[in-house]
Amino acid sequence: MTDERDNGEDVTTPLLEIRGLSVSYRARGGTITAVRGVDLDVWPGQVTAVVGESGSGKSTTAHAITRLLSANGRIEAGTVRFGRHDLATLSEAELRTVRGARIGLVPQDPTVSLNPVKRIGDQVAEVLLIHGLATRRSAPAETVAVLDRAGLPDAAVRARQYPHELSGGMRQRALIAIAIAAQPELIIADEPTSALDVTVQRVILDHLQRLTEVSGTAVLLVTHDLQVAAERAQRLVVMSQGKVVEAGPTGDILADPQNDYTRRLLASATSLTTARPRTPASIPKAKTAPLVEVRNLVKEFTLPRTGDGPRTLRAVDDVSLTLHRGQTLALVGESGSGKSTTARLVLRLTDASAGHILFDGTDVTTAKGARARQLRRRAQLVYQNPYASLDPRFSIGEVITEPLRAFKIGNRASRLARARELLDRVALSAAALERRPAELSGGQRQRVAIARALALSPDLVVCDEPVSALDVSVQSQVLDLLTELQTDLGVAYLFISHDLAVVRQIAHQVAVMRAGRVVETGPPEELFTRPRHEYTRELLAAIPGGRVPTPTAERPRAEDHIA
Amino acid sequence: MRRYVIKRLGQAVGVLWAAYTVSFLVLDYLPGDPVTAMASAGMDSGQVDPQQIAALRHEYGFDKPVLVQYAEYLGRAVRGDFGDSVSTGRPVTSALADALPQTLQLTGAALLLAVVLGGALAVLATYTAQRWLRQLLLSLPPLGVSVPTFWVGLLLVETFSFRLHWFPAFGNDGFKGLVLPALTLAVPTGAQIAQVLAKSLLTALDQAYVETARAKGAGRWRVHLRHALRNAALPALTVVGLLVGQLIAGSVVVETVFSRDGLGRVTAAAVTAQDIPLVQGVVVFGALIFVMTNLVIDLVYPLFDPRLVVASGRKAALA
Amino acid sequence: MSQSLVDDPVEAALGLGRPIGAGPQPYPGRRVDVRRLLRFVLRRPGLLLSVVVLVLVVLASFWPDLFTSQDPLKGVPSQNFRGPSGSHWFGTDELGRDVFSRVVHGAQLSLKATLIAVLVAFVAGGLLGVVAGFVGRWVDDVLMRFVDVLLSIPALFLSLALVTALGYGTVKVAVAVGIASVAAFARVARAEVLRVRQAVFVEASHASGARWYAVLVRHVLPNAAGPVIVLATLDFGSSILAVSALSFLGYGAPPPAPEWGTLISDGRNYLANAWWLTALPGLAIAATVLATNRIARALDGEWNRQP
Repeated sequence: MTDERDNGEDVTTPLLEIRGLSVSYRARGGTITAVRGVDLDVWPGQVTAVVGESGSGKSTTAHAITRLLSANGRIEAGTVRFGRHDLATLSEAELRTVRGARIGLVPQDPTVSLNPVKRIGDQVAEVLLIHGLATRRSAPAETVAVLDRAGLPDAAVRARQYPHELSGGMRQRALIAIAIAAQPELIIADEPTSALDVTVQRVILDHLQRLTEVSGTAVLLVTHDLQVAAERAQRLVVMSQGKVVEAGPTGDILADPQNDYTRRLLASATSLTTARPRTPASIPKAKTAPLVEVRNLVKEFTLPRTGDGPRTLRAVDDVSLTLHRGQTLALVGESGSGKSTTARLVLRLTDASAGHILFDGTDVTTAKGARARQLRRRAQLVYQNPYASLDPRFSIGEVITEPLRAFKIGNRASRLARARELLDRVALSAAALERRPAELSGGQRQRVAIARALALSPDLVVCDEPVSALDVSVQSQVLDLLTELQTDLGVAYLFISHDLAVVRQIAHQVAVMRAGRVVETGPPEELFTRPRHEYTRELLAAIPGGRVPTPTAERPRAEDHIA
Repeated sequence: MRRYVIKRLGQAVGVLWAAYTVSFLVLDYLPGDPVTAMASAGMDSGQVDPQQIAALRHEYGFDKPVLVQYAEYLGRAVRGDFGDSVSTGRPVTSALADALPQTLQLTGAALLLAVVLGGALAVLATYTAQRWLRQLLLSLPPLGVSVPTFWVGLLLVETFSFRLHWFPAFGNDGFKGLVLPALTLAVPTGAQIAQVLAKSLLTALDQAYVETARAKGAGRWRVHLRHALRNAALPALTVVGLLVGQLIAGSVVVETVFSRDGLGRVTAAAVTAQDIPLVQGVVVFGALIFVMTNLVIDLVYPLFDPRLVVASGRKAALA
Repeated sequence: MSQSLVDDPVEAALGLGRPIGAGPQPYPGRRVDVRRLLRFVLRRPGLLLSVVVLVLVVLASFWPDLFTSQDPLKGVPSQNFRGPSGSHWFGTDELGRDVFSRVVHGAQLSLKATLIAVLVAFVAGGLLGVVAGFVGRWVDDVLMRFVDVLLSIPALFLSLALVTALGYGTVKVAVAVGIASVAAFARVARAEVLRVRQAVFVEASHASGARWYAVLVRHVLPNAAGPVIVLATLDFGSSILAVSALSFLGYGAPPPAPEWGTLISDGRNYLANAWWLTALPGLAIAATVLATNRIARALDGEWNRQP
């Protein structure tokens, strides 16, 4: 690391120095300390990543820097030295001169972070107008320039549009534009890509990185994704339960983690991308008839009429798949690929427009009423969102035994016994029977959803992104459970996911979908090492880190100047 | 855009027709024998001459089957003829037309007061950082919706007319005579506007785009007015449309309390006299005002909220 | 996945699934824990006062003799136009009747009317809304058109039309007021049923093999009931106001029935010199409505706090 850069800026002292920061929230029961005694440095021209799981306090720390906490949050102690001032003690008026002008914020969710009734251009121009960097007359032209710099194509046209007319990736770029408009020294990016598709994520992160290199802005990147942090940041700060457990140059930490928690985090992250799948030893016998067979399936949706006449959307376009007993077929794709719709068609939760679905040899494409219910007996579903798929008013016992009650299986006592047995299977204590979903964590609720799916001893369980909504460490636990259950019970899975890394652990066969079509099928190993279709390659490339997290962001400055 | 306007106009006409039908069902079909009611309306009960009843029956067409009556009445109504008031003998439409200006004056003033006072209260209550002030301000709307309008009116008369002699107690004269009635009528509506606006302001202030605005370095008033209020005003606007009907109806009570001339007084008299044609005219008229107001609001709304799909196909909202 | 899954940063900070409650958790199960309820009410003086007022009103309607021994219908003419005093808490009216006693006896009439009104609105409106929301498609369209029309006629006008058609009297006024409120109930019930119907756990139940009626009764109705019950409580207050307005205008029970609205209407004639004849009965109305509204708000708040 050189001490001085071309423009003579001093890079020996950190731009941002946080010492002993403690933040608390006032809640109904008392005060909760979300952040305790955190020390953090951000150096000019560098990307520093704060990594941690949900509840670690990383987001709170980032927001506390410019005192953008919610109404019930307070900075209890600590200093936040930025330049020559302590932001923690500045008056509100002085702080407002820092916000936007010297420190920019890129928020997490582009769908809700833009004012829906104002044009994009006006929202960017606001930054300039507030800080007196442009007049009303010069603002429009400057706005377009900023949007351009942020990488928004067709900037002049976009500036006149409203947020709802832009896609997620474009909105995020608009937010980046707002953050960089006044050319701040520091940008705080709070999970800037977690709400976006994987391929768009890469573009956005590339862009942020380029901005750093070109303009020398420092970036504080908050993320739960260790892969992203490893790839993009020169320095890493690992947080857990409100404290910093480890901090330092990325390479050092990844090569030799000092703290237990860091090691665990690293282990669960790498386990998702290492080449050790955990599929059971049994290999599909080609002779046995498949459990589920899908032939030329089509699902069309009619869209609201526009001036040009009726339009249809082919969510599933001529899809054919096979799934054998006791095996796992994974459907992988980004949002809009049709993977979820395909699964719902198999379960007859919606009607197919064309094609055939065969379950255990029987054609169920148009099954209704009693025949559909017969199908339900043997095919169940685990939803993505563990917070929404359980009725908040039911007790866990009632949730699990509902399928049994629906099919009038057994009596009260036997159902209760079965519920206990199922809870045991999914490694939850029998005490949970009386509890309500609100009292369980996300991972626990998902286990309950799995138990419910198993209640009828089905032949097929469709898992619709069952782990996407969970923390990384919990993800691997749930995936382990699913694998174990498959070995013990011989149940087949139709596994839907957008995450190739997750799928690698559990699938026997993978089908990659895009825009309603299957672009490639094959065993995961083959797909990962020798992808044939271009889209599969794109998807693989978009996984942050590829296989093992390597520090790719640490390149000496001198390299940039070599022609 | 034009297709949208035509569609909405069509809907409005449909609603009016349905309102007319409902009023017909209630007033002409339900009572069973409206003729006796009408015949005895003008005189002491028990003295009805059967011949007179038959004559009235024939005149009003009650001896024809219901559907025929309905078709006839509807035909006449569409041409603006609601028949003649039983108690005064004048055509219903002219009775309403005469009474209208006074009531419009009253309701207009009340609406203005309600929006201004209710809106200001909501904005202030949600802006202030002082907890006691916020609690105080926010405790007023529930009070406003809980008190009977006629009671408030009477109390105001008692205090400001009889005790303080600031305003006249009754009558229609001039501006001074408008203050107390308009204030009385404005109380429940203003309270509801305040409640809805305060709630949507609080929701708006919780949104992520407010944080983005603060992160830009925007001051509190700018955030409150240009970001939060701009978004919160939309649901409040819809509510105002719904409350217009309440204001018109409230005139019945307020005009009675303050002995003002107007639609309300006419309605009260009509109900007392069981003057069915007049009451029917009032009901349809109330629906007309409501439908027109909401039509205007519906047409104006997309100007404020760019997210709405205008069914021409040129502007479409992306998911 | 836009919102953070645990919205409350406090909960997120703890990294727990257990929500932070005030005090020890209630016993598991759906029964309402009486002790916790009492503690909840006692901590909020406004709510406590409202419950007390409501209890008093209910008691007054069933056992008026608990509150007063004076005759509401016959007065001592020589004692007319007395202001509030020790012997006559609310003073006396033009015929020398004790106003407090009349107010107390009027509570029964008001309560009866209001209950009828709310019941009519709740049952008719709730049924309309549930059917429209659950069945959907053309049934929904037709029913909601009908509701829209009801909404377009100002409530008081509709009630007045019904009174014109049906005649005067407490019950008739109550029914008229109830019918005018049907639209609001239908709207809310429908919105709630639609919201719950689209919930993931409803589809999950369906996917588990439950039939439509089981889903309706076990999942949809219990989860949709909350806001409808809140509306019923609010409607209680607005019905009292509407009923008293109609009796103020003269369409209620004939004199000498001490309906609250009628009391105020009578007192209006003597406003200049006997203010208590209008002010105090009106206070009774206002207090009752305030109380029910306060309770409705508490119910609404509690409902929104549910997971």
